[in-house]
Amino acid sequence: MNPYNYLYVAGLLFTIGAVGVVVRRNAIVVFMCVELMLNAANLTLVTFARINGTLDGQVVAFFTMVVAACEVVVGLAIIVTIYRSRRSASIDDASLLKR
Amino acid sequence: MNFTAPVLNYALLAPMLIVLAGALVGVLIEAFAPRASRHNSQLFVTIASLVIALSALLRVRKQVSVSAAMGSITFDGAGVLFQASILVIAILSVFLIADQENFTALPAAVPGSDEERHSLQTDMRVTEVYPLTLFAVAGMLLFPLSSDLITLFVALEMLSLPLYLMAGLSRRRRLLSQEAALKYFLLGAFSSAFFLFGVAYLYGYSGSITFSGIQASIVGGSGNDVFLLLGIAFISVGLLFKVGAVPFHAWSPDVYQGAPTAITGFMAAATKVAAFGAILRIFYVAFANAEWQWKPALILISIVTMVFGSVVAISQRDVKRMLAYSSIAHAGFLLAGVIALSKSGLEASIFYLFAYGIATVGAFGIVTLVRDSAGEVTDLNRWSGLGKRSPLIASAFAFFLLAFAGIPLTSGFIGKFSIFSAAYESGSTAVLIAGVLSSAIAAFFYIRVIVLMFFKDPVEDGTSVVIPSGLTTTTIAVTSVITLVLGIYPAPLINFIASSAFFIR
Repeated sequence: MNPYNYLYVAGLLFTIGAVGVVVRRNAIVVFMCVELMLNAANLTLVTFARINGTLDGQVVAFFTMVVAACEVVVGLAIIVTIYRSRRSASIDDASLLKR
Repeated sequence: MNFTAPVLNYALLAPMLIVLAGALVGVLIEAFAPRASRHNSQLFVTIASLVIALSALLRVRKQVSVSAAMGSITFDGAGVLFQASILVIAILSVFLIADQENFTALPAAVPGSDEERHSLQTDMRVTEVYPLTLFAVAGMLLFPLSSDLITLFVALEMLSLPLYLMAGLSRRRRLLSQEAALKYFLLGAFSSAFFLFGVAYLYGYSGSITFSGIQASIVGGSGNDVFLLLGIAFISVGLLFKVGAVPFHAWSPDVYQGAPTAITGFMAAATKVAAFGAILRIFYVAFANAEWQWKPALILISIVTMVFGSVVAISQRDVKRMLAYSSIAHAGFLLAGVIALSKSGLEASIFYLFAYGIATVGAFGIVTLVRDSAGEVTDLNRWSGLGKRSPLIASAFAFFLLAFAGIPLTSGFIGKFSIFSAAYESGSTAVLIAGVLSSAIAAFFYIRVIVLMFFKDPVEDGTSVVIPSGLTTTTIAVTSVITLVLGIYPAPLINFIASSAFFIR
């Protein structure tokens, strides 16, 4: 099967993620869209590793998974703190700074 | 299959390893030391590890190596200069952070809850901020030295993640501070996803993740140019976000305003040095031969950034937001040094980064001192007549503003002059003209604040300048002296930078 098809899938996933970040209002969903974008990048990396015949891309994908896990820890901590103080995780409610 | 053990040059990695070790010791102190002794021991460990790291760096400053860590880290003259600037700025910022009046006692407590009241009554301290600072500094030290895409990505996250948390630690206006942390985090994660996508495409273009491999592919010209363009574009989005260049600047006014002021100062100064260090290395080393692919876009971004930052800053009523927009304008000026793509551009950028970072820490240090009973006063109207109440502090702030504006006899003038002349030599006349014009616009709002402080009558609403603690005084004094000395007699530093500002491949 032509490996370039996976690049198209990854590009589609990345676009869905990016559009989701822009249009969704719940902080958790926005964050999930970011994770989708990271996974699209991972799929791209692994596909290129296959096309180029080197392992570097797969190694980067592993690092990405670890870094994404760290990002989840920090991100959920921030979102939960916000939720506890406002009883809402909507990013539209967090607009005190826009004056 | 043979396993080859990695070869690490510990002497060259020592500054980063020492800072990381200090951060881990800080975590242990947080876990095991009694609450009463934590603040002093954390402060001691933090300052000690930063100073030891700086001395370790100075011992190896003459060395050059591409194989400090199996080709992932390039240790060269420019890298030493970036690391030294970051460490100096970090030490001065830690002095500001040590003034714990600005930090919430218990970050996890809900604002207004009994838990929070209890934590304030028992005088708890948020000592976690010290290990977080050290982790961020370690990431910043790694960022400008990275010479492959994995290390660059890991360093980017390593410096960002602690900063997201630190932005949410403010003691007063906690909802604002938490909101700043949320915005910084979501937009930061968004931009690092773009960055990673760019990494993937650069790898697809060149089949290699090292900067030298990418450069070799560009010179060879055998790869698919679409991949190269996508890679450069996406990676630039991630990097330009970190420095707050237009159109990726949306986070910076909000985060600058919401974060605790000491953290804002640290973030504004040190992140800028680290991120521009990485930008300079990747554009000078990896992308230099593809300059026609990225230069026009970067020239446009640079011009828009400086003009936008300067114009929008005029209408700001809040001193931290004003400094945020001024930092956006400065990001535009610094991009002129990237566009120059010459040795003089590199030298000018390094000097500018150091001078700007030092002045920024000093300016935010002064913002922490202007308070009323409810905390810091950042509304500019209430700053009027400050010069009559506390002439010394107001003069120091005015001096930093003049340095930002680039008035002669301050470090800012030398920085701006050298960076614009480098841009001119490289033929970017448009950048030069936009830079000089927006400097003139920027001078207007800096001088407006000075007029406000010295030639308006004070308003009687309880705004006053608190007596600074010893450490804060040290920071403000040291930053003022450095800004003045670099303005009057910059030759030694300029010569030192000229002798060691180079990238090796």
